[in-house]
Amino acid sequence: MSHDASHPAHLAHHFDSPEQQNQSSSLGMWLFLAQEVMFFGGLFVAYAVYRFKYADAFAVASGHLSLFWGAVNTVVLICSSLTMALAVRCGQLGDKRGIIRYVVATMILASVFLGIKGLEYAHKYEDQLVPGPQFEYVPDFDSYSVPVTAETADPNFAGHVQLFYSFYFVMTGLHALHMVIGLGLMVWLIVKAAKNHFSSEYYTPVEMTGLYWHFVDIVWIFLFPLVYLVWRH
Amino acid sequence: MTKSRTHYLNVNHTVGSWLFTVDHKRIGLMYLGTILFFFLLGGIAAVLFRVELMTPGSTLMESETYNRLFTMHGITMIFFFLVPSIPAVLGNFLLPIMLGAKDLAFPKLNLASWYVFTIGGLLGLGSIIFGGVDTGWTFYTPYSSTYANSQVILAALGIFIAGFASIMTGLNFIVTIHKMRAPGLTWFRLPLFVWAHYATSIIIILGTPVIAITILLVAIERIFQVGIFDPALGGDPVLFQHLFWFYSHPAVYIMILPGMGVISEIIACFSRKRIFGYKVVAMSSLAIAILGFFVWGHHMFVSSQSMYAGMVFSILSFLVAIPSAIKVFNWTATLYGGSIKLDTPMLYALGFIGLFTIGGLTGLFLATMAINIHVHDTYFVVAHFHYVMVGGMVMAFFGGLHFWWPKMTGRHFSEMLGRITAVVIFIGFNLTFFPQFIVGYLGMPRRYHIYPEEFQIFHVLSTAGAAVLAVGYLLMAAYLFHSLILGKRSSRNPWKAIGLEWTIPSPPPTENFIDTPVVDYEAYDYSLERAYEDDEEDHS
Ligand SMILES: [Cu+2]
Repeated sequence: MSHDASHPAHLAHHFDSPEQQNQSSSLGMWLFLAQEVMFFGGLFVAYAVYRFKYADAFAVASGHLSLFWGAVNTVVLICSSLTMALAVRCGQLGDKRGIIRYVVATMILASVFLGIKGLEYAHKYEDQLVPGPQFEYVPDFDSYSVPVTAETADPNFAGHVQLFYSFYFVMTGLHALHMVIGLGLMVWLIVKAAKNHFSSEYYTPVEMTGLYWHFVDIVWIFLFPLVYLVWRH
Repeated sequence: MTKSRTHYLNVNHTVGSWLFTVDHKRIGLMYLGTILFFFLLGGIAAVLFRVELMTPGSTLMESETYNRLFTMHGITMIFFFLVPSIPAVLGNFLLPIMLGAKDLAFPKLNLASWYVFTIGGLLGLGSIIFGGVDTGWTFYTPYSSTYANSQVILAALGIFIAGFASIMTGLNFIVTIHKMRAPGLTWFRLPLFVWAHYATSIIIILGTPVIAITILLVAIERIFQVGIFDPALGGDPVLFQHLFWFYSHPAVYIMILPGMGVISEIIACFSRKRIFGYKVVAMSSLAIAILGFFVWGHHMFVSSQSMYAGMVFSILSFLVAIPSAIKVFNWTATLYGGSIKLDTPMLYALGFIGLFTIGGLTGLFLATMAINIHVHDTYFVVAHFHYVMVGGMVMAFFGGLHFWWPKMTGRHFSEMLGRITAVVIFIGFNLTFFPQFIVGYLGMPRRYHIYPEEFQIFHVLSTAGAAVLAVGYLLMAAYLFHSLILGKRSSRNPWKAIGLEWTIPSPPPTENFIDTPVVDYEAYDYSLERAYEDDEEDHS
């Protein structure tokens, strides 16, 4: 394939046509997301096993999370998916300014989410609910309305609560890490948009980052009920 | 020889031109160097503990050292040699060419995968240098997560990171096979090598992330001292085994399917026939990939798994034998009535068929619950595993390496030394591992270096076999290295084989094809004229 006028700058030399290149990127992204589903899937399976085994402990432990901030974060993240989708729409229309505007909005919402998450982590740290040697949990059967069951009376009850928090930190931590990576991708998008790399013929990176971001959003949609709502039967 | 043609090797000689290359052929060679280093490392560990095992007592080393050596052997051989071996080297080199493409769909991702793999490998190497790991390659909890006093974290992170290199390769392969086939190259005209890599890539994409998260959880548990598999907190060590084998059983197919692809190419070429039942062989790769995800429990018959779960896993494991047997029978049917030539690659392929069959059939013994209890964790398992992995995959890897060596390097190795070495390796392999079936059946447990005296004869035979095997490998290294400098130059199609890779010069130019080829013939159509035409003319 010779590099003539019909060969646009964004077309890599080993592809024959922009369609082929775009379809390849898209399939690649979906395969990457399939891989991510299995990655988080392994975690969710492990969580489900323990949740099944220690249902009461998980309910009690989950009751110490802030449902309010969890719900606020859910709304914030869904809004960020909306702004990301609007950025992709601007890509289709070839509106470079619009891409930058909506990507920045998405980044702001993502930062709000991470900020709230950080505050929640700090709170858990103060309450000594971060798993490890310093973890301390004494079931308060009066004020926290911990039901007295065979399971909560288990001498290892605090251990089971700690298990919940291990999963809480690993799952939300890995989710937050994915968000940070997403923020990095968005910085890259802004640079590319500012350099006039995008047009209505070529906005694949915006589209792919959008797919990634919606995936991160969906993971949270599963995480929120799993960790914040398990105690609400 | 007239002035030499420009090809992917001599286009640029600087170190930077290799380290920053996006050419799939060069990346394949970089992978070759890296994995051979780990093969050597794993081999040295094996030689050391095989020497120790010659005597029933503790002669050369203490148990601590012995544990670290067999763990080092397992980890390097599986995660840093076998898993990447054929896909990352031969697959990388050949897949785009077999599809008539200029490169893989994502060349930079391909280069990144080599760096990621190398970083993972260096961490693995670090774990050896700083004292080794003593958990066995299976990292069973809670020993690995709580008690082991060795470099578990480094090794776990190394495997975690190397896993992403295989995901990158698998993703690249699937996209390339879907989107970059040459005009006329329909799915059922693809070489079986491509089908095998397609099936392998599916397993890589769906399985590897699970071992990644599992091994990450073990590392997190050790680093932050949180309990995830820790029974003291109510954690479940058997859960680790489920997650581990959910990947590690399919990983066996990550390691063997590409080998089966290589064997199909070699068998077709050296019996001058189309593979018997081409479509069924292609589909059997997919069947193995899918079934392979539902058999992991056969590793856990004695791990407190419910008897009914055990029965289901046992039946499903038996089912895997069907697509595997289809391949073996169809290769044999291909040989029937073919004009067979016993060149070096063909010797490896025939070795593969025999050894893989023994390895596969003994797998059925192990899938039988009652027999499994008798031979569980014995040398019988060790022998079974090595018949599949070494007798199967390593044989296929070297068969493929010899088959495509003239294409990759543009040089011929000494055919006579090649054949002798193939026979030496076959004999050495059987001498090493066949006695292990017997001693395992008699009750010799794996991972012990002190054993009753009546087992000594088998261990001595095994060690003698390992020595023969080592001689074979060293001989191969010597003549292949020699061929790089003094080997006769190869034409574009030295084996008179059918396949797009044989239509371009040896070594190929960087862009593979000057004009995109059009494919108007079936795979392995050895009735075609072009398979027999003399093509010594293309050295310009
Ligand atoms: Cu298995």
